[in-house]
Amino acid sequence: MTVTFLISAIAIGTVLLFGCIGETITEKAGHLNLGIPGIMCTGTVGGCLFVSLYMNSLKTVENASWIMLILVSLFGAFLFASLTGAIYAVMTITFRCNQNITGLAITIFGNGLTQFLMHSYVDKSNFSVAGKIIAKSLPFAENSGGVVKVLFGHGFYVYFAIVIALVTTFIFNRTKVGLNLRAIGENTATADAMGVNITKYKYTAILVGSGIAGFGGVFYIMDYVKGSWENASTIEAFGWLAIALVIFTLWKPNVSIIGSYVFGALYISAFVFGNISFSGREVLKMLPYIITIIVLIITSMMNKKEHQPPANLGLPYFREDR
Amino acid sequence: MEKTVILQLKNITKTFGSKVIANNNVSLDVYKGEILSILGENGCGKTTLMNMVAGIYYPDSGRILINGEEVVISSPRDAYDHKIGMIHQHFKLIDIFSAAQNVALGIEGEKYNLKEVNNRIKEMAKKYGFNINLDKKIYEMSVSEKQTVEILKVLYRGADILILDEPTAVLTPQEIRSLFKVLSAMRDDGKSIIIITHKLNEVMEISDRVSVLRKGYHIATVNTAETSEKELTEMMVGEKIDLNINRTDPVDRKLRLSVSGLTVKDPDGFNALDNVSFEAFGGEILGIAGIAGSGQKELLEAIAGLNYYESGTLTYYHPKKDKPVSFFHKSYKRVMELAKENSFKDKNGNDIDFSKLSKKEIKELVSSEKIIFKEDEVIDLKDKTPKEIRELGIRLSFVPEDRLGMGLVGNMDIVDNMMLRSYRKGKSMFLDRKRPQDLADRIIDELKVNTPDSHTAVRKLSGGNVQKVLVGREIAASPAILMTAYPVRGLDINSSYTIYNLLNEQKQKGVSVIFVGEDLDVLMALSDRILILSGGKVSGIVDARTTTKDEIGLLMVKSSGSEAAE
Amino acid sequence: MKKNKSNLKEPFVRIVKRDSIKIHKVILIYAFAIIGGLLFSGLISMMFSEKGLGDFFGSLFAGAIGSERKFWLLLQDTALLLGTSMALLPAFKMKFWNLGGNGQILVGCLAAIACMFYLGGKIADSLLILIMLLASILAGAVWAAIPAFFKAKFNTNESLFTLMMNYIAQGLVSLCITIWVKSGSGVLAPISHGNIPEIGNKYLLPIIMFFIIAALMHVYLRSSKHGYEISVVGESVNTAKYVGIKVDKVIVRTMILSGAIAGLVGFVLAGSINHTISTASANNMGFTGIMTTWLAAFNPLMIILTSFFITFISKGMVEVRKTFMFTNDSISNIVVGIVYFAVIICSFFINYRLVFRKKEKEEVKK
Repeated sequence: MTVTFLISAIAIGTVLLFGCIGETITEKAGHLNLGIPGIMCTGTVGGCLFVSLYMNSLKTVENASWIMLILVSLFGAFLFASLTGAIYAVMTITFRCNQNITGLAITIFGNGLTQFLMHSYVDKSNFSVAGKIIAKSLPFAENSGGVVKVLFGHGFYVYFAIVIALVTTFIFNRTKVGLNLRAIGENTATADAMGVNITKYKYTAILVGSGIAGFGGVFYIMDYVKGSWENASTIEAFGWLAIALVIFTLWKPNVSIIGSYVFGALYISAFVFGNISFSGREVLKMLPYIITIIVLIITSMMNKKEHQPPANLGLPYFREDR
Repeated sequence: MEKTVILQLKNITKTFGSKVIANNNVSLDVYKGEILSILGENGCGKTTLMNMVAGIYYPDSGRILINGEEVVISSPRDAYDHKIGMIHQHFKLIDIFSAAQNVALGIEGEKYNLKEVNNRIKEMAKKYGFNINLDKKIYEMSVSEKQTVEILKVLYRGADILILDEPTAVLTPQEIRSLFKVLSAMRDDGKSIIIITHKLNEVMEISDRVSVLRKGYHIATVNTAETSEKELTEMMVGEKIDLNINRTDPVDRKLRLSVSGLTVKDPDGFNALDNVSFEAFGGEILGIAGIAGSGQKELLEAIAGLNYYESGTLTYYHPKKDKPVSFFHKSYKRVMELAKENSFKDKNGNDIDFSKLSKKEIKELVSSEKIIFKEDEVIDLKDKTPKEIRELGIRLSFVPEDRLGMGLVGNMDIVDNMMLRSYRKGKSMFLDRKRPQDLADRIIDELKVNTPDSHTAVRKLSGGNVQKVLVGREIAASPAILMTAYPVRGLDINSSYTIYNLLNEQKQKGVSVIFVGEDLDVLMALSDRILILSGGKVSGIVDARTTTKDEIGLLMVKSSGSEAAE
Repeated sequence: MKKNKSNLKEPFVRIVKRDSIKIHKVILIYAFAIIGGLLFSGLISMMFSEKGLGDFFGSLFAGAIGSERKFWLLLQDTALLLGTSMALLPAFKMKFWNLGGNGQILVGCLAAIACMFYLGGKIADSLLILIMLLASILAGAVWAAIPAFFKAKFNTNESLFTLMMNYIAQGLVSLCITIWVKSGSGVLAPISHGNIPEIGNKYLLPIIMFFIIAALMHVYLRSSKHGYEISVVGESVNTAKYVGIKVDKVIVRTMILSGAIAGLVGFVLAGSINHTISTASANNMGFTGIMTTWLAAFNPLMIILTSFFITFISKGMVEVRKTFMFTNDSISNIVVGIVYFAVIICSFFINYRLVFRKKEKEEVKK
């Protein structure tokens, strides 16, 4: 029971982790992207669409290759998510539109598009097979239990998320790209005056960040629920939690790994306690949101310079502003 | 010596929106190995012009040539490629980065290796005589340290042309001297240095040549050795003007504010103000000098009730009020004590001579409340909010440093800004816009505010007009104490003198004026006494008529000891 | 340097800030954007169907104003959206990013339904309606005041806080439904008690009510001392402190008002329109209201227009969906999203203009 619980917690945490890293990267570039929930949705449909195209191209679906499935799902998710991110980027960087409003519109649009395509235009018939293959873990962990299972019993995506989080942390702290990116988020005008190509960095950050966030949704559908589809609103809710998680983990992707697993555990607790009444389950379902609020309050009470959002977050930048 | 032209500006024009012409057909040459001053009033377009050389703005028309070759500078990176670096007046530094990280920021084609960067900076620092700790975070630095980082940043990028925008504005006289030493060393090394400034004495001291701009036009470029301050002023302003501030002797000098042992903590828990004590008198101007961030802001905000303070007392002496004696002083003894220093009047306003009255008669008079006593009312300001201060009838006006971020609301029109202080008046739930309208019209008329009408958002006004609106409103409240923080910052000469005259007028009316300034020349010419803050402590209070710049400069950096030198 | 040659040219296009713009230009830009957005949406719909562009616009209008009933429904939904926008408006004026409109409406609705469920039939309907009204307003106000309190005290991020409150409100609704509906179907049958009486027809009451609220809000924000304080706090917290406005108090007070109006919307949904509740009862108006408010540049009278416009499109899209035989209703979200994008981008063309590179010859002549 504990093992199942932890495995599920890590899985849900992984969904959040992708979204959280993506949002952190965009926020480091000074853009508060409230479109991340919508972008996670379109990432889902992108990944699913490519998986279905691949599956339908096979003669016998059982022979689908693991590596191909991973690649097409990653590619599809990244493509669709970063394309949606591109709309946000063009509007907020080039056209300097209000970031909050644009983000909300992206979320409405992304949710609609995903629901529309998934409902009628993505062939989900082979998803359960594909899901099983994508969720495959290392052979030795599959049949073991306990700690080994918790540590090694996940599919590729879980470890991929950790790697991305660590690489992102490294880039932020140890490379010139990271230095420049953080400078943009802190003080865009200064970074610009120092010759950093603001537009290039912002676009890259938003496209890459959106793409990474997109992995979250496809992982949820393909790996965690093994190919079944309910509706886009589930993914959207993960997106909002991911944004809250960014604040909780203080804009540090390595902290996000643990933070998202904790959130995942909270989220899953409602479904794990099996012998509980219906109404009790409804109460537990509210828990992650209540905890998120408590976390928000606690974070806002610790008022340290290092724990603050990037100083220029949310401000449009126009060089000739006086 | 043969001089080579390194930078040429030809017929540069730049406009903002459709109305503001910042630069009009400006042409300028800069030689290798010289210090050129760009002199002009605030708002004459000198910074805009240099921003185009540094790639911040792009000219509407005109050409820029470097070493005789035409170039296009459309971003700061282009400027660095042409070995041009600019040190902006508002430092462009990332607060949470260290000095070395700031220098390394944005450099391409080099591996990111802070050690390497450190070594190279140290070399340069040695060469030109800088002193700097490279691991220090910017937000822990003093202003002059920040400036050093800025200069190093530009040098690190191999700049041959350095542009400094108002580099001395926030430095002490001593720091200015060492900056000039560094600049001279760089000139002798063959670098070209352009200094944007409006301070004549510095122009004369440091530069080889001076270019004067006025209202966007280039007026003339002259050799410093062949000109005088007077000639330059005329070129700058376009007319002969008297640059003397007419300081009168204090009149009716009465205690208005007494501050004692005031201690304020900043958000990080450090003392922003440390045991500050002084007194301010009506009919005089008390100047406050100090390096930026020495506690000036905290001091004024504490007095205005905006800042919570740890300890200390603030006592305000409300100008004389007519009060029946018994209101305060029922006892015969107390009345007789007061009678020695003050005059008592009866209800008809005639003086009462106590010596002619018997004790019984006096007691009767007191209990009948028939005598009127004029006395300054003593009010303790401890823990009073601005609203309470207003409701107590305390006439305390405050012109804060951040005009559009604190004193006014940029997006509101002049009328609505007039209401800020007074909108609560009356019991009605709704606003009365009639009186603010009258006040706005009066201020626009009397202070010659240049605005289309009273319903223009103040954000759209120029700096000088914004300040007139703010100062006008604060003076309209007929204050007993008027606090102003950097009231002429960013203003052109004429507006500045309007403000100085207003302050002097207030002083003559018996108002206690507190003037926080940065330009020591102005402080010394305007104030009666100058209080110097250093690191949140009072390092001295000097007589403005007899002190010297050097004395103030030393007090500004004095690290310990709060013994007031009266 | 290889850069040099291309470098000698002025950038092809430069962005310049405008200092003013004529009103007819603004209208033109918006009209262009709206028509462009709709055209684009029409083309997208055509991609998934055999129908043409004419069908798209035809059904769009038919869906919105095709019959008398549809027209009344359009007005009613416009009024509801207007009410929601009026709830959000004072918060936004104060720069308090209230993304919790959905939750505030939902708890208002839930409070009214709870009264109907527990008190219905036991007391007179008129008294019940009064209790419902008070309960709705109170519930909405409390739901909005909680994040406001923490924003005022600790500067807690209000947008995420209010957002999470939406999900908690949904959870509360689910919880109540599981308790109330014994069958386990999860659907609460309409309750016949505490239904607000009709005036004229059943659509008119909310329409009148929310138009009056819009007018009152206009006066409140423009001419009252409270409204003035809201503007000052929104523009600059420092200025507010400087003149002695208690910022905490204004934030909480304004959010109580904001939540109360949202609660009122919930009351109308429960008592006059649905007589039941589900987690989707707020119909996402909390988000749509953000758009209408922002697009109207926080002007209450303009919000009437934007609310009408957005409702028009959503209503019209229902018909488009039928005509184009889309099997799910999310096409509406896509189109609304596209129209949003088009309209949001307008702000750029209103604030900036583009300057294209002049011909080289002209330069030489000068």
